[in-house]
Amino acid sequence: MLYSVADGDYEKWSKPQLERFLIGFVIMLIMGCIGIDFWRACSPFVYFFGVLLLISVFFFGDYGGGARRWLEFGSFRFQPSEIMKVGLVMFLAIYYDWLKPANTSKIFWVIVPIIIIILPTALIIPQPDLGTGTIIAMTGVTMMFAAGVHYFYFLIVVFLIPAFLVLLFYSRNTSWQLVTDYQFNRIDTFLNPEKDPLGVGYQITQSKIALGSGGLEGKGFMQGSQSQLDFLPYKHTDFIFTTIAEEFGFFGGVGLLLIYSAILIFCLFSAFKNKNRFGSLLTIGLSTTFFSYFFVNIAAVTGMAPVTGVPLPLISYGGSAMLVVLGIFGLIQSSHVHRLIKKD
Amino acid sequence: MEINYLKKNILDKKYGRRSFLIGTSQLILVGLLIRNIRQIQLNEFEKYRLLAEENRIDIEILPPLRGVIFDKRGTILAKNKENYRIKILRDKNINLPNVMENLSKLINISEERKIEIIKKLEKKRSNSSIIIVENLSWIEFKHVLVNLPSLPGIVPEVDLKRFYTKKELLAHLLGYVGLISPKDLKGFSTDDPILQIQDFKIGKVGIEKGLDKYLRGQVGLGKFEVNASGKIIRKLAEEPSSSGKDIHLTIDSNLQKFSMIRIKEYSASAVVIDLSNGGIICMASNPSYDPNKFVEGISQKDWDILLQSKNQPLANKAISGNYPPGSTFKMIVAIAALEDNLINPEDLFECNGFYELEQRKFHCWKYSGHGSTDLLKGIEESCDVYFYNLAERIGIKRIAKIARKFGIGITPNLPLSGVSKGLIPSKSWKKNNKNQSWFTGDTLNSGIGQGYILSTPIQIAIMTARIATGLEIKPSLIKAIDGKPVNYDKHKLLGIKKSTLDIIRQAMFGVVNNKTGTAFNSRLIDETKIFAGKTGTSQIRQISEQERSKGIIKNEDLPRNQRDHALFTGYAPFTNPKFSVSIVVEHGGGGGKVAAPIARDILLYALNGALPSLQEYPAEERDKMNSIINNIKREMISIQ
Repeated sequence: MLYSVADGDYEKWSKPQLERFLIGFVIMLIMGCIGIDFWRACSPFVYFFGVLLLISVFFFGDYGGGARRWLEFGSFRFQPSEIMKVGLVMFLAIYYDWLKPANTSKIFWVIVPIIIIILPTALIIPQPDLGTGTIIAMTGVTMMFAAGVHYFYFLIVVFLIPAFLVLLFYSRNTSWQLVTDYQFNRIDTFLNPEKDPLGVGYQITQSKIALGSGGLEGKGFMQGSQSQLDFLPYKHTDFIFTTIAEEFGFFGGVGLLLIYSAILIFCLFSAFKNKNRFGSLLTIGLSTTFFSYFFVNIAAVTGMAPVTGVPLPLISYGGSAMLVVLGIFGLIQSSHVHRLIKKD
Repeated sequence: MEINYLKKNILDKKYGRRSFLIGTSQLILVGLLIRNIRQIQLNEFEKYRLLAEENRIDIEILPPLRGVIFDKRGTILAKNKENYRIKILRDKNINLPNVMENLSKLINISEERKIEIIKKLEKKRSNSSIIIVENLSWIEFKHVLVNLPSLPGIVPEVDLKRFYTKKELLAHLLGYVGLISPKDLKGFSTDDPILQIQDFKIGKVGIEKGLDKYLRGQVGLGKFEVNASGKIIRKLAEEPSSSGKDIHLTIDSNLQKFSMIRIKEYSASAVVIDLSNGGIICMASNPSYDPNKFVEGISQKDWDILLQSKNQPLANKAISGNYPPGSTFKMIVAIAALEDNLINPEDLFECNGFYELEQRKFHCWKYSGHGSTDLLKGIEESCDVYFYNLAERIGIKRIAKIARKFGIGITPNLPLSGVSKGLIPSKSWKKNNKNQSWFTGDTLNSGIGQGYILSTPIQIAIMTARIATGLEIKPSLIKAIDGKPVNYDKHKLLGIKKSTLDIIRQAMFGVVNNKTGTAFNSRLIDETKIFAGKTGTSQIRQISEQERSKGIIKNEDLPRNQRDHALFTGYAPFTNPKFSVSIVVEHGGGGGKVAAPIARDILLYALNGALPSLQEYPAEERDKMNSIINNIKREMISIQ
């Protein structure tokens, strides 16, 4: 796909991406072979390391595209929020693995994971990165749900969300505005892309044109006029799904979704079968993270959600996301391989 | 242990239920995605397909090539000539000042222009371009071509621009092309594709304007695949433009050139009509201008000079100059009187130098008077008193009727802009325009072509053409369109008695060939070329009784703008008329002295198709003519 959007230029994007994939794949296999107990032991470190990096982003981060999300080490640049996605899941998994099941719904033991979730979320949203922030929070909540926290708490959350949204819009243009103007613009554009067809809304409008004109069977490999003629922005990163759906049509787009779904279903079965509570929770959490990656991306390019800059897992061009996704698969494999090892 | 196991079992069940819930909701969300994609890709496919096509395909309008204008012999008068020009593309990655600096080392660009271009370009859309310079010489253009690698964004281009080969010689008739101005927009529908062509030029005046619909041609359409920044990727289809039609004019460019040189020192105009078909073979107006300057975009300085010049170089005097016809109008009055049998040619009127009407004196140009005068003498010697008598007898109505029959006061149907109607007054006209009743004195003034009467040189030439042929000659300028000859209706008979025309022609013969005639000095001695005509000296100031008693101030002593206009109209050869001519020299003085010799030389050139030879002139004129002809010969060569 990257070969197609690079106008048939293999060197441009396909080659480095393929190299990254191979490296990532090896790492994934190695991670899968490492014992689950090792990962359990790592979990708190990953989480706190992530928090530490997020704090340092806050002070030393690089700007890019109007946001401060990146940390740079020599020539290597990455988003600590990607590590956080894994870190949070690992930490919550170990938390619930450690917590006696009977205590799960006790108010104190509910507040503790909420703090664990809020800490990174609060560090990511002001970067600004509403998309990743929301994904992390939702993943955290999903894990709490999976761990068996009482329904009652989730009902509260369900009622709190509309209240929060009202508060969010109410805060606009006041001194205590909850998100930045940039984020408000993104939301505006999502709600009404035609309002500003050549500005921010251009991306969504062009993306929908590309998708729609793909039809059932698509225009054929490298024949997508929207992508090939540069009408589509970020066609090698965030909008690559659009190119797939334009060139391979409804079959191609839905086919990809089905492959993703198959991975999800496998993860759930694996989690279900897993005798190791840590491994099981880890699998559920990470599969949710994986789900949120592709769901948020595809929802955005099809105009169902605001554009948040989330890549399409394994397909978008970009190193850190690729490594994280493969890392996630590595951890899931490790839990699957060691599913029979019970801690107690 | 048992309890623990049960508890564990319940917990496991609960855990399974929850993971199942999570998985299901995730799959439902995936389902939602699929539903949305289905909506966009399948249900709204047609809508988005069209939008994508609209994005992808850019329609470019291909300008047509303008038709070429030829003279009657096929000499090119206006064509499309290569214009080497240089454009610059808008591209963010270009260091503009740097490129401009490099370019100005190769071709001459002023500092102000550089700044102007940079400013303009920054406002433009990506990949659109603006023209930096046009009309470069091939050498300059070549320098730019060679140095292109150091000039990113610079696009050399060969464009076609209108070029008028005869420059000043045919400026008024041909006119020129120019950019579409807000004023021209009225002639276009708002979706006319021509309006989308950058720098498309249309005819602004003259033939270029009058025949624009033929010359312009039809635009073509090119369908191109473009990328998001407007860059053309490939051509998909093309419907080529069709060139404008070529036009052959009736103009004889050699005669035109000769005439322009002959009237060079005057503010004057000359028209020659081919009597065989009414074709205008010469339409000269001096002073003139170079129409090519307008195509290139005339400089403010040149424009100011043209506008402020006293002799109106921009006006085509031959069709738009309104002059009192003066004595050239006397034929009309005589025909009107003869046609209604109100006089016999032999009827005598006594001229004492003036005609008295209600204690007001109407003077003859000849202070001492002509004595007893019949029709022939009245015309030959241009006796004003004779025509005061005639005019009073026949009245303005009959004069007006015949004037119109001969084309005075009628707008000739020519494909030109600014064709004037002239003016034949009537009682109601005076009432409406001057708010005065018509006096007999007005009729008398009209009788000698003065007063309110106005005519244009072309109208006078038409009048003479009709007198010479007895046919209702209609002037034309177009010989052929797109190679196909234009067929005009055969000229109808005028419906004037032959006897009337014969006596008028005889009188006009006398004007030139009788010793007492007002243009005797301009006669020709070659029998086959002998011509007939009529002088006219149209007065443009009132001469007071006081001045008359002291002696009328000579034209030479008056300030130029108060001097009389000199007119002459005639046809040749007398026995077998081929051409009619009309000359008006603004403030030239006497018609016989100034206009008649010009008319003679032009008629002679038309008859010969070449420069006149001295033998054709009477002996006493030859010395003078020798130097005139030699001068013209030199100029004709130098202009070529």
